[in-house]
Amino acid sequence: MEKENKVIYLDNNATTCVAPEVFEAMVPYLTELYGNPSSIHHFGGQVASKVEEAREKLADLLGAGASSEIIFTSCGSESDSAAILSGLSICPKRSKVVTTKVEHSAVINLCKELERKGYHVSEIPVDAKGRLDMERAREMIDEDTAVVSVMWANNEIGNIYPVQELAEIAHHNGALFHTDAVQAVGKVPMALKDMDIDMLSLSGHKFHAPKGVGALYVKRGVRFHPFLIGGHQERGRRAGTENVAGIVGLGKAAELAKEHITEENTRVKALRDQLEAGVLASIPSVRINGDPASRLPNTSNISFEYIEGESILMLLDLDHICASSGSACTTGSLEPSHVLRAMGVPYTAAHGSIRFSFSRYNTEDEVKFVLAKLPGVIEKLRGISPYWKNHQG
Amino acid sequence: MWNYNKKVMDHFLNPRNVGEVENPDAVAEVGNMSCGDALKISLKLDDQGRIADVKFQTFGCASAIASSSALTELVKGMTLDEASKVTNRDIVNVLGELPEEKMHCSVMGMEALQAAIADYKRKHGEKVDETTEDDGDHEGRIVCHCFGVTDAKIRKVAKINNLHKAEEITEYTKAGGACGSCLDKIQEILDELWRPGTSEHAQPAATPAEDFEKLSLVKKVLRVQDIIDREIKPVLERDGGSIELVDLNGNEVQVRLQGICATCPNSKLTLKRFVEAKIHEFISDKLTVVEA
Repeated sequence: MEKENKVIYLDNNATTCVAPEVFEAMVPYLTELYGNPSSIHHFGGQVASKVEEAREKLADLLGAGASSEIIFTSCGSESDSAAILSGLSICPKRSKVVTTKVEHSAVINLCKELERKGYHVSEIPVDAKGRLDMERAREMIDEDTAVVSVMWANNEIGNIYPVQELAEIAHHNGALFHTDAVQAVGKVPMALKDMDIDMLSLSGHKFHAPKGVGALYVKRGVRFHPFLIGGHQERGRRAGTENVAGIVGLGKAAELAKEHITEENTRVKALRDQLEAGVLASIPSVRINGDPASRLPNTSNISFEYIEGESILMLLDLDHICASSGSACTTGSLEPSHVLRAMGVPYTAAHGSIRFSFSRYNTEDEVKFVLAKLPGVIEKLRGISPYWKNHQG
Repeated sequence: MWNYNKKVMDHFLNPRNVGEVENPDAVAEVGNMSCGDALKISLKLDDQGRIADVKFQTFGCASAIASSSALTELVKGMTLDEASKVTNRDIVNVLGELPEEKMHCSVMGMEALQAAIADYKRKHGEKVDETTEDDGDHEGRIVCHCFGVTDAKIRKVAKINNLHKAEEITEYTKAGGACGSCLDKIQEILDELWRPGTSEHAQPAATPAEDFEKLSLVKKVLRVQDIIDREIKPVLERDGGSIELVDLNGNEVQVRLQGICATCPNSKLTLKRFVEAKIHEFISDKLTVVEA
């Protein structure tokens, strides 16, 4: 059980390891098969066919109607920006974007920028468990709304949101529906061909492909205005020479994700649940943040009250345990997580929140190791905290 | 990932003087949980009036804990007079260095110490100089409402640490670190503080309206140009815009908005509420400002 020098990586919502099979699939495209997929010669053409193969694998993971609905991009943020800006430019008479208070900064900060440019932005609030206020959503989505953008699953607390229902509301009002599915892909089974989602963003490095490659799904029949202007790549929808190795890796990762999606929802989920049960049993004054009824199988967000998250992470790091925190201090920002604040989690608990996020590469031994170390870490910091003493009376 | 040095890590992992002094002569608590860090210190003096024992409890990040620990080591054995001269720089010196974004942790240590000294004086009937030592005008008004930081604290921390930019004040006091709406105000306070020559208000003297009327046309133009250059242009340029004086026709100041201001839908408001207001303030309220 002792794993003194091995890294215990429980920060898979931040990024994941590249799967060995993915790396292997990529190598030829970083070495001998360096052709440009746009070239007319066979040397480039064989690369183009690999890019198309990857597109098909990704379309298969998403349950898309056709592989032509996939546009490869550089990352989740690019996909988000491309989707929302396209939606606004093809609906010029509408001036509103409806999103949520708990989006990733890729969407939140784009919306802030849009507001500065004169667009209206409405943010759907959440309740104490981070669930969307659907009544407010119905009020906000109106005839002036061009795009509704709601994440499929939240990166901090793992909540899964009712994207199909929201897409129907959007369509009822003539608006487009986009979802940032960066955290959901590979964990939530998807059948986009049977859904009303118009656009979906994803990022490779969240499911064992490398960083620097993402994709945007645009449903057939939905008009699209390119974000990156230039060459004819991606059928004129995303200029720039393809990141061939990254795309091939993304395709392989999609294939693997499809194979392992049941495992994510059984074995990986069990590890997460084991960690939570162990923490609740061994440490007082903790709270699990998020919606237990609708949550990603790999994500756990736990508040350790009366202490601060960065300190917790620093002490865990000494034992080579990697997690992240919604605390202000960890990012260099001075405010705790906007997600926890939107949920009304008290500051006392928000500053001491730790996110553990699993992948299929985690093991039960690792969970046991964390459970052996964590109580001591919490106790040490509470021993220094002025509030813990007060709390103890 | 923060790159804390060995000394900071040592004070974080092995904090000195944790807890509460029994029967303390003074206690103080600064910060609070909602701000993300808080420090409580208690201390006891010996017969010679030196700090014999001092303990701390901290809610906060590694650098907050390390700063508190360093503070207690630093002040042990000092008289209260000596301790009152301790600044956040001294705490940083004990630690070697802190990341710039974490400087507010050292400032919290200084504040807790000063609050404890004030507590001692209060308990012993001594006059407490509530206004901090070198900022004797007033207790200060709140500039940053998110973190409750006053102008007095901003000036004080700026002077001790030689800070000239609003962003530095954020690193040292957190002020402006949440909604950011006070950053311009903080910069104004700093600009005023560091204005060369005098710490007094060095605003350009307003010309009485009658005097302005008596000026020759050339002098009028120069006067308007001067106010635009000094009072108006720098503010617009901060937002990516600019302005130029096109003509002065009777009492009509004709200007051209440039940069982002030229295409900004709020340019009419900028013209009336800001540009014209400044012209009225510094020259004459008889003038009107129009776009050329």
